[in-house]
Amino acid sequence: MTQNPPASAPEKGPAKDPAKDPATAGARPPGAADAAQGMAVVARSQGQLVRRRFLRHRGALAGMLLLFFVVALAVTSIGAGPLPGWWDKDPTTTGNVVGNGDPTLSVLPDLLGGGGVHLGEHPFGQDNIGRDYFALTMRGTQVSLLIAIIVGLVATLVGTVIGAAAGYFRGWIEAVLMRVTDVVIAIPTLLIAGLIGVIIADKGVVLFALFLGLVAWTQIARLVRGEVLSLREKEFVEAARSVGTSSRRIIFKHILPNTVGIIIVAATLTIASAVLLESALSFVGLGVQPPDTSLGRLITEYRSALTVRPWLFYWPGLFIVAIALSVNFIGDGLRDAFDPRQTRVRD
Amino acid sequence: MLAFIVRRLFVSIWVFLAASVVIFFLAVNVRDPLSEARQLPGPAQESAMAEITERMHLDEPTIVRYFLWLADVLTGDLGVNRQGQDVNAMLEGAFTATLQLVTGATVLAIVVGITIGVVSALRQYTALDQTVTFVAFICFSLPVFWIGTLLKQFLALDFNDWLADPTISPVFIGGIALLTGMACASIILGDRRTRLISFAASAAAMATLLAVLSATEWFTDPGLGPFVVALSAAAGAIGFTTLVRGLEWQRPLQAALMTAGVGVVAMFALDPVLDDPDVLTIGGLAVLTAAVSAGIGWYWGGDLYRQAAIPSAVLTGLFTGAVIFTDRMLMNFDNYSASVGGRPISTVGAETPNYEGTFWESGLDSFGHLALPTLALVLLSLASYTRYTRASMLEVMNQDYVRTARAKGLSERAVVTRHVLRNGLIPITTLVAYDIGAILGGAVVTEQVFGWSAMGSLLFTGIEQGDPMPIMAFFLVTGGAVVVFNMLADIAYAFVDPRIRLS
Repeated sequence: MTQNPPASAPEKGPAKDPAKDPATAGARPPGAADAAQGMAVVARSQGQLVRRRFLRHRGALAGMLLLFFVVALAVTSIGAGPLPGWWDKDPTTTGNVVGNGDPTLSVLPDLLGGGGVHLGEHPFGQDNIGRDYFALTMRGTQVSLLIAIIVGLVATLVGTVIGAAAGYFRGWIEAVLMRVTDVVIAIPTLLIAGLIGVIIADKGVVLFALFLGLVAWTQIARLVRGEVLSLREKEFVEAARSVGTSSRRIIFKHILPNTVGIIIVAATLTIASAVLLESALSFVGLGVQPPDTSLGRLITEYRSALTVRPWLFYWPGLFIVAIALSVNFIGDGLRDAFDPRQTRVRD
Repeated sequence: MLAFIVRRLFVSIWVFLAASVVIFFLAVNVRDPLSEARQLPGPAQESAMAEITERMHLDEPTIVRYFLWLADVLTGDLGVNRQGQDVNAMLEGAFTATLQLVTGATVLAIVVGITIGVVSALRQYTALDQTVTFVAFICFSLPVFWIGTLLKQFLALDFNDWLADPTISPVFIGGIALLTGMACASIILGDRRTRLISFAASAAAMATLLAVLSATEWFTDPGLGPFVVALSAAAGAIGFTTLVRGLEWQRPLQAALMTAGVGVVAMFALDPVLDDPDVLTIGGLAVLTAAVSAGIGWYWGGDLYRQAAIPSAVLTGLFTGAVIFTDRMLMNFDNYSASVGGRPISTVGAETPNYEGTFWESGLDSFGHLALPTLALVLLSLASYTRYTRASMLEVMNQDYVRTARAKGLSERAVVTRHVLRNGLIPITTLVAYDIGAILGGAVVTEQVFGWSAMGSLLFTGIEQGDPMPIMAFFLVTGGAVVVFNMLADIAYAFVDPRIRLS
C-alpha cells in the first residue's frame, strides 16, 4: 500500500542535520550524545520556536535575501529624499542615446565568452530620450515599494481594529462592522481603486497609497474577527474579565497578541498583492500619474517598445516579479512558522 | 435553513444597495463630463453643455441623480451615456465578450488547478511537489499585463512564424521528453528501478511522438484519425473506471468500454451531421451521449454495479465525445489557417472581423482569439486553486478517519477518492464561488492587454469621460456577481456545516 509521510515527518535536506543548522547549533545543551539520539528536550519560548521554524524555511530565507537586495539596491543607488546615492545618474536627466540605448550590463565573465562582469555606463540601457533606465527603474521600485508598504500598514491597521472590535463586542457593533466589510467586498477592487485613483490623481502617491489601503483591509478584518471570536471564549479572557479588566485592555493585551501570527501573514500577502494592484492600476492609467513613476507605469510607457528596445519592458517587470515573489515566499514561511501544528517534537 | 436563506438574501440586497451608493457618488465626481464641451467655440459650447446637462441631469443634486438612476434600473433601464447611446446595448455586448473570455478560463483553471493540487498533495515533499509549489508562487507574483504582453510577443508571433515551417528541433524534442519523463517518474510511486523505467518509457514515447509529428509535418494539417480516437476512448474508459471504482470488478469497466465503442461507431454514423453542425446540434448530441451512456451503465451494471457503472460510462461517453469534437476541429485547421493568412493565433480582439465559415472554422477562430487571454487568466488563478487544494487535502489526509480507512484495508484509491477528496474539496467549493464572483471584475486588465472590447472598455471609457452610467452598469454586473456568489457560497457552506446556520 502506498503511504504518504505525515506532515510532521522531518523534512529532507540540509536543514535536517542539526550540526549544520545555525539555529540549532547555538541552542544545543551540553548533552550532545542525548541530542544526537533525539532524546533531549529543550525549552523554548514561542518567539524562539517561530524564529527557528522561519529560518528553516528555505523559500522564506531566499525571499528575505532577495527582498533585502531589491530594497537595498533601490534605496542606496539613486538615494532617497535628501540622501545621495552611489549611482551618478538621475532618473529625469535626458541625454544622448548611446548605441541605440542598449544595456551595458554584463554578467558573463570573459572565460565563458561574455563581455566580462561590469555595469557599464547604462546597465539597464537608455530610453528613447536618453534617460538612464537603471535610475528610472530604481525610482519606480522605490515608489512601488512605498505604495505597497503603506497599503500593507493601513490595511492591516484598519482590518485588525475592525475585525477585533467586531469579534470581541458582538451584537450590533459586529453587525454594523461586518455589513460595512461586506459592502467593501461587494465593490470590485479595481473599480473602486481606479475611481479613487482618478479623483485624487494630482495629490501624490502617498495619499493614493493611503486610499488603496482603505479598500484592501477586508480580508484581514474577516480573518481577525474569526480568530477573535474563538479567542474571546477562552478561559484566560474570562479570567481577565472577572478581575475587572477593561475591554480595551483585554483586546490589546490578551487577545491581539494571540492573533499576531495570522495578522503578520495576512499583512505580508496584502503587501504582495498591493504591488500587483498598483502596477495593474498604473497600467490602465488609473494609478500613479506623471511626473511620478512606478514600475507599473514604466511598463505601460514602454510597452510598444518591446520589439525595438525590449529591455525597457523587461526590467520593471522583473522587479515587480522579484518583489511580489519574495514577499509571497516570506509570507509562506511566516505562515508555517506561526502554525503550532508544524512543531516538530524532536531536535 | 429557509430562514437563513431569506435572512442572507435580505442582507445581500442592502449590502448591494449601499455599495451602489458609494460607487455612484465616486463615479459622478471622477471627472468633469463637460470638459470637452467647454472647449467648443462660441454658441456651440452653450448648446452642447445644455444638451449634456439635460441628458445627464447635471443640474440635479447627486442624491437625486442616484434615485433617478435607481428608479430606472429597477425597471431594467440602465440609462444613456454622455453621447446618448443606450447603455443596455453597450453592456450586453461587453458582458457577452467578457463571459466568453472568463468561462473557459475559469473552468480550465478549476479543473487543472484542483488536479495539480491533489497530485502534489498526494506526493508531498517530492520534487514534483516542490516544483509545483515554486511555479505556483511565480504565477501568484506575475503582473497580468506583463505576462500577457510577453505571451503575445513570444507565444503568438513566434508560434505563427513557426507554423510556416513546422519542424521541431532535436534540442526542443529532447527537452520536452526529459520534462515528461521527470514528471512521470515523480508521479509513479515505487523503488528506483520502477521510476527509472517509467522515466525512460515516457521520455522515449514523448520523443518518438514529437519526432513523428515533426517529420510528417502534422502541424500544417493536424487531425487525430479514427485509430487515435478509438485508442483515446479506450484509455479514457480504463482511466475513468479506475477513478470511479477501480478495476477489480468487471462490469463497470465493460460498461465504460462499451460506451467508448458506441462512441467510435457513432463518429462514423454521424459523419454527415458533423460536417457543419450548429451549437444546438452539438449540445443535443452531448445530452444524447450522456443519456445513452447512462443507459448502458444502468443496463450492463445490473443491480450490483449500477452505482459505479453509470458514472464511469457517462464520463467515458462525454470524454469520447470531446475527443471526436477535437478531432473535427483539428481536421478543419488547415482550411482556417489558410483563410487567416497562416496566423491562427491572434493577439487582438475577440474575433476576426467579418469572418464567415463553418461551425468548426468559426470555432477555431474563437479559439485562436481566446487562446492567449485564457492562458494568461489561467496562469493567474491556477496558482491559488493548486495551493488551496493541496493545503486542504493535506489537512484531511492527517485526519483520524483517513487512518481508520487505511487500517480497515481500503485500497489507496478508495481512501483518496472517497474519504480524502470528498472532504478535502468542501472548502474549495466556497473558494470557487468567491472566485467566480470576483473574476468578472478581475479580467478587465487582461481584456485591455488583448484589445477586447468588453467590460473593461465600458469601465475605462466611463471613467475617461466622467460618465457615471457605464460605470454603474459595470458595477451592476461585476459587483452583483460578487454579492450573488458570496451569498451562494455562504448558503452552500451553511448547507454543509450546520453550525453556521445557527449563529
